[in-house]
Amino acid sequence: MDIESAKIIGMALAVGLGVIGPGIGIGLVVGKALEAMGRNPEASGQIQTTMFIGVAFTEALAIFALVIGFILKYS
Amino acid sequence: MSGLHITLAAEELFSIWGLPVTNTLLTVWVVIALLLLAGYLVGRRVRLIPGKVQNAFEMLFEFVFNYIEETLGSRALAERFFPLIVTLFLFIFAANLFEFLPFVESIGIRHGEEFIPLLRSANTDLNVTLALALIVFLTIEITGVVVLGFLKYWSKFVNLKGGVLGFLIGLIEFVSNLARLISFSFRLFGNIFAGGILIAVAVAFVPLLLPVPIMLFETFVGLIQAAIFSLLTLAFIKIAITEPHGH
Repeated sequence: MDIESAKIIGMALAVGLGVIGPGIGIGLVVGKALEAMGRNPEASGQIQTTMFIGVAFTEALAIFALVIGFILKYS
Repeated sequence: MSGLHITLAAEELFSIWGLPVTNTLLTVWVVIALLLLAGYLVGRRVRLIPGKVQNAFEMLFEFVFNYIEETLGSRALAERFFPLIVTLFLFIFAANLFEFLPFVESIGIRHGEEFIPLLRSANTDLNVTLALALIVFLTIEITGVVVLGFLKYWSKFVNLKGGVLGFLIGLIEFVSNLARLISFSFRLFGNIFAGGILIAVAVAFVPLLLPVPIMLFETFVGLIQAAIFSLLTLAFIKIAITEPHGH
């Protein structure tokens, strides 16, 4: 296997495996937020804001996987 | 897959005094011009008794303003940050929708074998999203310093009172603050770029009917990403002006 194909496989693996965790994580965050909103609809505004921050932190990990993929491909 | 044309970097159209003018840069200017035009048309005849259009815009902006005021907890702060947050939202949303106009990415010039589109969706260029992320990042940090004071704001990151654990948490806080630059820019870039590729693949494989629901979904993604970008700006400003714990 030459280095080019190894890079492409590495990139695909990094991104593909890297988004599994954040995918589960975002599911948990949003699920719990919906649960909380169902229990206490008056607080939905605040829950939503906090949920978006949580989603952003979780999603940042998937973005790091993407960045690593780019670094692998273009270096 | 020979028909698929995917380029990561924006293509250079021409250069002015050595400064390259790319197609995404051109799109950004067109979007800015459209927004200015819309602003002029809506704000041209502002009356005390609003008409239908003015009423709709006022309701929309009032809703957003109330949300910002509720989150930041003060009317003065809301008045200060409302223009920035709404401008970010409007620009990103308009740039994302602009991608779906018929002449974008289809009219261009030919350089030998290569086809270079004249206009290309602005947020598929990392430079654009990184510039937006830099604006947001600087705003957040400067706001934190101005509202809390330099020493108090930095005591969030260099925490000497909380022992080893406190110091480590401060360090993590510092790194995650810097990582916002990456996550802000790559989130927007990745979503819009991936959407463009998804549509290109759908057009290449099943040109009949299939691209339509995907494009509908991508307009939705464009709205969501614009909302997320501005909401996160708001949330991080809120975090930056909150007093540090443990005092």
